[in-house]
Amino acid sequence: LHSASQSELITSTESCFRHLHSLLPDDFLNIITLDLHDDLKEMLDSNKDSLKLEAMKRIVAMIARGKNASDLFPAVVKNVACKNIEVKKLVYVYLVRYAEEQQDLALLSISTFQRGLKDPNQLIRASALRVLSSIRVTIIVPIMMLAIKEAASDMSPYVRKTAAHAIPKLYSLDPEQKDQLIEVIEKLLADKTTLVAGSVVMAFEEVCPERIDLIHKNYRKLCNLLIDVEEWGQVVIINMLTRYARTQFLNPNINGGEKAFYEKKAEAAALAKRKPYVMDPDHRLLLRNTKPLLQSRNAAVVMAVAQLYFHLAPKAEVGVIAKALVRLMRSHSEVQYVVLQNVATMTIKRRGMFEPYLKSFYIRSTDPTQIKILKLEVLTNLANETNISTILREFQTYIKSMDKDFVAATIQAIGRCATNIGEVRDTCLNGLVQLLSNRDELVVAESVVVIKKLLQMQPEQHSDIIKHMAKLTDNIQVPMARASILWLIGEYCEHVPKIAPDVLRKMAKTFTNEEDIVKLQIINLAAKLYLTNSKQTKLLTQYVLNLAKYDQNYDIRDRARFIRQLIVPTDKSGALSKYAKKLFLALKPAPVLESPFKDRDHFQLGSLSHLLNAKAGGYQELPDWPESAPDPSVRNVEVKDSVRAGGTVTLRGRALGLSEESGSGSESEESEEESESEEEEEEEEDEEEERAKKKKKVDKSKPKKPESAESDQSSGEEQKRIRKGGKDRRSGTESESEDESESESSESESESEEESESDTDIKKKKKPTPSPQVTPVNSFLSNSLVTDLEGLSLTDTVLTIAPSSSVRLYELLHRITGEGLAVEYCFSRQPFSPDPHMVAVQIQFTNNTTSEAKSLHIEEPKLQSGMRIKEFPEIEVLPAGESVNVVMGIDFCDSTQAANFQLCTHIRKFFVSIQPPVGELMTPAFLTENEFKKEQGQLMGMNEISEKLTLGEKCQSEHVIVERVTSTANLSRVPCGSDKESRFAGKTVSSGSLVLVTVTRKDGAGALLTVNCEKMVIGTMLVKDILQALTQ
Amino acid sequence: MIHSLFLINNAGDIFLEKHWKSVISRSVCDYFFEAQDKAGEPDNVSPVIRTPHHYLINIYREKIFFVSVIQTEVPPLFVIEFLHRVAEMFQDYFGECSEVAIKDNVVIVYELLEEMLDNGFPLATESNILKELIKPPTILRSMVNTITGSSNVGETLPTGQLSTIPWRRAGVKYTNNEAYFDVVEEIDAILDKSGTTVFAEIQGVIDACVKLSGMPDLTLSFMNPRLLDDVSFHPCVRFKRWESERVLSFIPPDGNFRLMSYHVNAQNLVAIPVYVRQNINFFETGSSGRVDITVGPKQTMGKTVENVIVTIHMPKVVLSANLTATQGTYTYDPVTKILVWDIGKLNQQKLPNLKGSLSLQSGAPKPEENPSLNIDLKIQQLAISGLKVNRLDMYVEKYKPFKGVKYVTKAGKFQKNWELACHEGLLRLTDLVWSSFTLMKNIPFLF
Repeated sequence: LHSASQSELITSTESCFRHLHSLLPDDFLNIITLDLHDDLKEMLDSNKDSLKLEAMKRIVAMIARGKNASDLFPAVVKNVACKNIEVKKLVYVYLVRYAEEQQDLALLSISTFQRGLKDPNQLIRASALRVLSSIRVTIIVPIMMLAIKEAASDMSPYVRKTAAHAIPKLYSLDPEQKDQLIEVIEKLLADKTTLVAGSVVMAFEEVCPERIDLIHKNYRKLCNLLIDVEEWGQVVIINMLTRYARTQFLNPNINGGEKAFYEKKAEAAALAKRKPYVMDPDHRLLLRNTKPLLQSRNAAVVMAVAQLYFHLAPKAEVGVIAKALVRLMRSHSEVQYVVLQNVATMTIKRRGMFEPYLKSFYIRSTDPTQIKILKLEVLTNLANETNISTILREFQTYIKSMDKDFVAATIQAIGRCATNIGEVRDTCLNGLVQLLSNRDELVVAESVVVIKKLLQMQPEQHSDIIKHMAKLTDNIQVPMARASILWLIGEYCEHVPKIAPDVLRKMAKTFTNEEDIVKLQIINLAAKLYLTNSKQTKLLTQYVLNLAKYDQNYDIRDRARFIRQLIVPTDKSGALSKYAKKLFLALKPAPVLESPFKDRDHFQLGSLSHLLNAKAGGYQELPDWPESAPDPSVRNVEVKDSVRAGGTVTLRGRALGLSEESGSGSESEESEEESESEEEEEEEEDEEEERAKKKKKVDKSKPKKPESAESDQSSGEEQKRIRKGGKDRRSGTESESEDESESESSESESESEEESESDTDIKKKKKPTPSPQVTPVNSFLSNSLVTDLEGLSLTDTVLTIAPSSSVRLYELLHRITGEGLAVEYCFSRQPFSPDPHMVAVQIQFTNNTTSEAKSLHIEEPKLQSGMRIKEFPEIEVLPAGESVNVVMGIDFCDSTQAANFQLCTHIRKFFVSIQPPVGELMTPAFLTENEFKKEQGQLMGMNEISEKLTLGEKCQSEHVIVERVTSTANLSRVPCGSDKESRFAGKTVSSGSLVLVTVTRKDGAGALLTVNCEKMVIGTMLVKDILQALTQ
Repeated sequence: MIHSLFLINNAGDIFLEKHWKSVISRSVCDYFFEAQDKAGEPDNVSPVIRTPHHYLINIYREKIFFVSVIQTEVPPLFVIEFLHRVAEMFQDYFGECSEVAIKDNVVIVYELLEEMLDNGFPLATESNILKELIKPPTILRSMVNTITGSSNVGETLPTGQLSTIPWRRAGVKYTNNEAYFDVVEEIDAILDKSGTTVFAEIQGVIDACVKLSGMPDLTLSFMNPRLLDDVSFHPCVRFKRWESERVLSFIPPDGNFRLMSYHVNAQNLVAIPVYVRQNINFFETGSSGRVDITVGPKQTMGKTVENVIVTIHMPKVVLSANLTATQGTYTYDPVTKILVWDIGKLNQQKLPNLKGSLSLQSGAPKPEENPSLNIDLKIQQLAISGLKVNRLDMYVEKYKPFKGVKYVTKAGKFQKNWELACHEGLLRLTDLVWSSFTLMKNIPFLF
């Protein structure tokens, strides 16, 4: 066994490497595993799933430990199509790990995934895409591209989500695909499901964060979806929207913001011109919808909202984030670390926000040092005149900490408080001086450094402190502290004229043993003393300079030479030495102690770059607010139907369009407008519905009665025959009693109807009455009219050849209820060629959504007995924004009952119904005058209904009457000798029963309307409709 | 986003690596080890480490470093939060998040990591969904698996991910339907020497264990919701209803979860349940010290204080302790210099006392200050803030569940006597000098 393994080991360099390490026991095991690879291969080749699984588990364990298992690739890849799910999953894990190294072999597995992409199960499709896109092999880029594109329009949102995930994978593999990927991103951004939103924004951020224009149309949707998106998606979306808002909205703090300092001049001028600031409603929408997320359990989400508020909210509203951030401080220490970094930056700009939470930043002895130091930073930033005493008391206890780094930082913090708040400078200084007698050298050293800075601000008052510090040189060993003391003495030597030369004497003695920075300061001290007190120190200075001349460090040698030339006047030393005193003893500006977090807020808070205070790869700059707001209308989403065909274009649509064009109408206004008009419409619809219901009740009762009378005697089959062939029945094998009962019942009804329906019907007809230019006459009819109506005046012809397209449109599905799909229909009055007994209904689909509607078709018609529907052919795809017309046929059985059915798209079903006005149930019949009279003569008595009426004001002339009647009912005109009479004829579509209409004008506005029709119900209703049309 | 993950134990072994994009050599962890060396304590390792080509974001949990490798800009909290979720998921699956548990279940761990991230972006982090995808190991199942060769991987793919309620798995069924809620409160307090409260606050969480069939819709209401100053919720809680009615309305995940965390802002009015009288002295001569500590109950509202533990970080010069406790046991670790006194239940009649002497390093100067005390305690059946659950209602489902609420109060970061001792020791001078330099860079130091 051993020799076998050895021979294998030496074959490759990699194994040689292992061999070197094989002395270690762990790697000794490794040799055995290497040897076992043969076993693994055998197991993988076996037929038993359990063996395969065991092998795969061992392989994955190897991968997890970072051991190389690439030599098993051929054996593993064979199992990619394994039936066992767990084996399959582990093979995927292996494949994704090693495919990059074994590209050729990896290609063997591709076909399996391609098959998976077509699987009917959405989760299998998704996982196939996931693995396929994770295999980093350049050759399959086109396959991946295709798969992503297909998955992006998958029906399942989960697959679409996977597609969004795959986009950055492909992009990193081949950046040249960017343009195509952007197209896919654009498509997915329009997706309305929460599942996809987070992932696609992530893809957007990785592939094309600069394409801010893609967001416009989706901005409001993203804002509204936000609360339902999963946590991780929320973070990505909020960060992206922060950037977006910075480019699109105006600075809400524009008046009296922090920038007032250098903007003042410009502002004064600009203020006059500038309109008072009004927040864009979209800006408000973002702030409003993100606020609840401050309550998220996920620290990253809370931080994302906090930074959004910090960067975008008006000053007065930023405060809400403080409480949430303070909450995060009770979380894990890593979270605390990041949050404190951000709080530190925030406290510089907006101190007031965190002041109420001062105590939450108190330091605990159990905090890690890095947290302590950050808290200290925050406390220092928060210090002001009112709370400084509390903070200093707190600091005093910190100095006693065992954690030295922390103590040093505390002393620095005290120094900063002292410089920032003048009132406590003396207190702080006294406190620090006391620390000079601390037993801990480090505390002393740090104090010296800080005191030096403080003294520079007001040296004259503190000569005793300087004296005290001079004494410290005997004991203190920390170079930085020694250097600081020496610098102080040199700088303020006139305040301590007696001590200074003595210090120099001591230093000269120890010069050779000092650290470099101390040596430099000794030289400095010597030079300064030489200039002010040369009598006492001349020799000392020369001694020090001589020592320095031969120092090991060339910086010090250099400095010594330079200073000697400058201060010791010789013949050669030029004009410069005259100014030596000015050079050395010039008044130096006091140091400014600043927070290291100052100005860090130019990085987006919460980002990695902010934390590091350096730009990380892929960081997107947070843009400055624009001077003037870009056009807000770009975010308007056009749900309105752009392709609504003529006829009944409502005022609302136009008004909407106007407001959008002018750009003045903000979203809220617009939506109000919309909702108002919608309400109106709804009301109207409601009324209509009510009326329709009433009518239905009546209608239903009508045909049922004769049926019920018949049903006792005749079979169902007979019934059908009877109902279809009206004439057969008329010619009369049926019993008289039937006829009688029918006529009686209908008569009684017609009376009651007249009473009950008259008001409602008038109301109803008011609305659909077409405006003058909308003449519902189709070309077919108008042609026949032109030929038939000789002797009409020119105006008449013009009128009758009115555009046939202006047929009245009825709404089948409102675009709101149809979720963007609007459906309208009209009765085209064309003969329906597949079945002459059907009424042709032209249906217009308009897709107002931004995605395709697919497979539009009809399902489950619910019809009254005898009614039939001839469906239109299924519309496979209706692209976004387009509309399409189809024609369907309905046999209404000469009744005005509604045809109910379901209108289906690939995702939804809508219940709709079509109810025909009685006038649409007939087709024109062409009769001569004689034929008309003959037919009329046969339809007397019960079949003739006459009604006296008073013609409406506009209805006096003949051609108006013709027009009104033909628009109400689909009839043709019959030539007539008398100019007082107008005659019309038609046949019902279903049974072909004749319908004859005569309008005889009397003197004045009086007229007589006569309708002859064997279908009495139709006759009655037609009379009513025509009556209404003529009396208006 | 997240490129790779390395799990490293305290000894510095990388015992697991996982890559979500192309492979990154584990040598990148050297930068981490460097930072770790510099920091000393694991707590002090910076969560974000910069290397020439990558950024390392790490967390330390249960003695394991989770080190993730990042290549481009990403919110650090995003990664940190995710890593904690990973740790919690291990806890959830294996009962503990330890090196042993991870090594024993390496395949499941790998499968979990595979599902949790896709291309470095979180995919499924809800425990309910993951448990449908990958079944947690149980003794019974692992036995069955070895015999039958069946797997831990769910046969059916989870529906929750596709639903609008991604946190709950579908088709839950129990014979005993029960919903239990634990209201756990912690007091964080800092007291000064005299026992006055410097700072005190109460944090609470409501942990739920809900085992209900179907899709129950629960509503939990409080007697006194006004107490709650700041709250954060599990994503299942409907925020709108909380805003308007102050009730928690939610469709719960199945099993254990944290429903809500809250903060009670009572400032200094927090009732501190115990008092401590301590006297720790060090003598200049004889290098010794004396300890005398007594703990007694204060405002406990009639409940017993349990699990009382006093922890003292002694100064470095303290070599050993020779003490007698009237109750409980004490230990002193001379390496970490931590004295732990485990008292147990507090007895009203006979107050526990710890008394005795300390021996100090001879020759060393006596510590200046008294050390601070940390106190740990637990009170059953009491939420110290007074928060009370009013009722729990269930909608949608018809059955009658068992319901229960339990209250517990614990000490969080309870610190008596914020007085720290100074100690002698080696200082890392280089660091300090460096930091002074950076702060002083704008001082004209030339002359």
